[in-house]
Amino acid sequence: MECLLEQEVDTVFGYPGGTILNLYDELYRYQDKIHHVLTAHEQGASHAADGYARSTGKVGVCFATSGPGATNLTTGIATAYLDSSPVVFITCNVGENFLGKDSFQEVDTTGIAMPITKATFLVRDAQTIPDVMRQAFAVAANGRPGPVLIDFLKNVTAADQMIDYEFIPWRQNRGCDSIRALASTQLKNPEPNQEDVNTLLDMIAQAKRPLLICGGGVVRGKADREFREFAEKLDAPVAITVMGGGGFPGGHPLTTGMIGMHGSRASNVACDECDLLIAVGCRFSDRVALDPATFAQQAKIVQIDIDRAEIDKNVLTDHHIIGSAKQVLRMLNDRMPQYQHTVWKEHILPLRAPSVAEDSPVLTPQQVLEVIRTKAPEDAIVATDVGQHQMWAIKYLHFSYPGQLLTSGGFGTMGFGLGAAIGAQMGNPDKRVIHVTGDGCFRMNCHELCTVEHYGLPIITVIFDNGTLGMVRQWQSLIYGQRYSETTLDRGPDFVKLAEAYGLKGYRATTRAEMEDVFAQALACGTGAVIDCRLNIDEMVRPMVAAGSPITDFLLN
Amino acid sequence: MKQTISVLVENRAGVLNRITSLFSRRAFNIDSLAVGVTDDPTLSRITIIVDSGNSVVEQVEKQLNKLIEVIKVRTLDESSLIGRELMIIKVSANKNTREQIMTICNICGAKVADISPTSMTMELSDTPDRVSVFEDMMRPYNILEVARTGVIALQKGAGKI
Repeated sequence: MECLLEQEVDTVFGYPGGTILNLYDELYRYQDKIHHVLTAHEQGASHAADGYARSTGKVGVCFATSGPGATNLTTGIATAYLDSSPVVFITCNVGENFLGKDSFQEVDTTGIAMPITKATFLVRDAQTIPDVMRQAFAVAANGRPGPVLIDFLKNVTAADQMIDYEFIPWRQNRGCDSIRALASTQLKNPEPNQEDVNTLLDMIAQAKRPLLICGGGVVRGKADREFREFAEKLDAPVAITVMGGGGFPGGHPLTTGMIGMHGSRASNVACDECDLLIAVGCRFSDRVALDPATFAQQAKIVQIDIDRAEIDKNVLTDHHIIGSAKQVLRMLNDRMPQYQHTVWKEHILPLRAPSVAEDSPVLTPQQVLEVIRTKAPEDAIVATDVGQHQMWAIKYLHFSYPGQLLTSGGFGTMGFGLGAAIGAQMGNPDKRVIHVTGDGCFRMNCHELCTVEHYGLPIITVIFDNGTLGMVRQWQSLIYGQRYSETTLDRGPDFVKLAEAYGLKGYRATTRAEMEDVFAQALACGTGAVIDCRLNIDEMVRPMVAAGSPITDFLLN
Repeated sequence: MKQTISVLVENRAGVLNRITSLFSRRAFNIDSLAVGVTDDPTLSRITIIVDSGNSVVEQVEKQLNKLIEVIKVRTLDESSLIGRELMIIKVSANKNTREQIMTICNICGAKVADISPTSMTMELSDTPDRVSVFEDMMRPYNILEVARTGVIALQKGAGKI
């Protein structure tokens, strides 16, 4: 507990159990200093700790017990891993005497978490607790952030364990033994090379058609201000990846929107025709660089990333700078003159689709999002699940600061949204949190509504209810000859009644006017609310490029 | 093309698991892996033979460097490394074939570790190629059992990892 206080942790998420009893017993005594949020399922707790971390920039903390408690965290850990989110997962395992004997609720937690964490620690000796705690937080938060798992054996957490301990606040712990034991490469951000920066500046001077990509690294590194200055000096179109949302203002005149599989025409054409591509904090995932061989084929590709292993992993680069986005961009901005690329911009920017929803008697996804965009507070945090609604939300809503958009981009976890929204609301009590989800995703983790109600969180859940697993259905329509295998979700529950059963407000909307009305009511009602928006089953996300195709090979326009 | 990677790691429980799990996650092919403690009891050296192109080996190195238990990673220069592998091999042998087997052992530098009326067990420590040659020479005599350790290697000269 003291180690958690060293790290200035004031909120943890979790679910108790047999082996973690000692920790929870101690937590009872720390109630006034550390607030614990009890969720309905460990998975909800894992997503909540993740959403908390993404929206506050602090390290999230999640507790779970051994065996099934720990395995229930697995999806949440992998979600945090693929999106580089700093979360420390603390589990307990059976006592030393019971280890390795197939005991009750025993499983090899560190073994299971190994491929999906930055580091795992198994604590068998109470004296190592402060070292492990400090190292875990340092590893989670530094360099490229990521999840860390600590597994304590139950006997180690017993009350009778006495150790030598000195409270060292984390901001001052660089010199202490625990931290010095870690290789310095784990703690310091790599120092960007001035030569590399100068080379890039030369390349920029030569380029006539530059394109900038704002990736997740800009958001995680809180480099939005530096990125904006760089983009405006470069006077180039800016494509924003799914994880980059919030790194560059979505309503800025230079932005061309998403890039890749559901990227806008403007972004994808710009990518294909540019002569210099600068990707900041972007790992060229297979959803962006669909076909690495033809990706940005006319351009010199430059990658700026904090993780050396990402350079040349998916796409071969012509130049790269290793360092944190903030530092590299600052070094670039220091020497960069103002450029004008009017002709190129006039070629690309008009390709952006108009962003006003069409009039339609039936409620459309774009109308729903327009209502949210115009009526919700500008700094409202948006947590999404995965699928068509996710793509629409990122397309039509505008994100202006890091941590405003919480979405599972790398792992694509359905059911992430509600837990993440809970974490975000706990970490940002002064902001509104809107949870955008689909009927399929919502059914996966809707039981967390009881957590929403219990802690009085005024989260508004907007369900894009089209009665189907939308994104999969879209693929089945376009590529699988309309063989809708197991994607039609013509089944309950009645979401309005479900919300009310959990003690929250439930609303339904089938037209734009209804949506405007109920959204205003939901904003004002003072508690959590669920809005069931009925949409047409065959709505598609446009445009779309099939996996593995050249980026301008639009399957759907 | 076979490449030899030498990794210096903390001698901690679970480290080997983490390294091999990294390899399987990223679908890197390991030909062989040998691990042992160094003169510093807190450190172990793992020697891995990877059969892949240069870009894959580069990724392997970068991914290994991200692990917190890894101190140093180095791909050894194939032309200037000392690589050795130990093999113990048991073949059928009777009074007719024993002499021929002994001749081959003497040529290859293998030592006899065990003998019985119907078999002979030999051990050989040499470069992996020469160990394979010896194994091939034993094949006509009916190999009963073979155990190989995998290659360990150090770079020639005075430098160290």
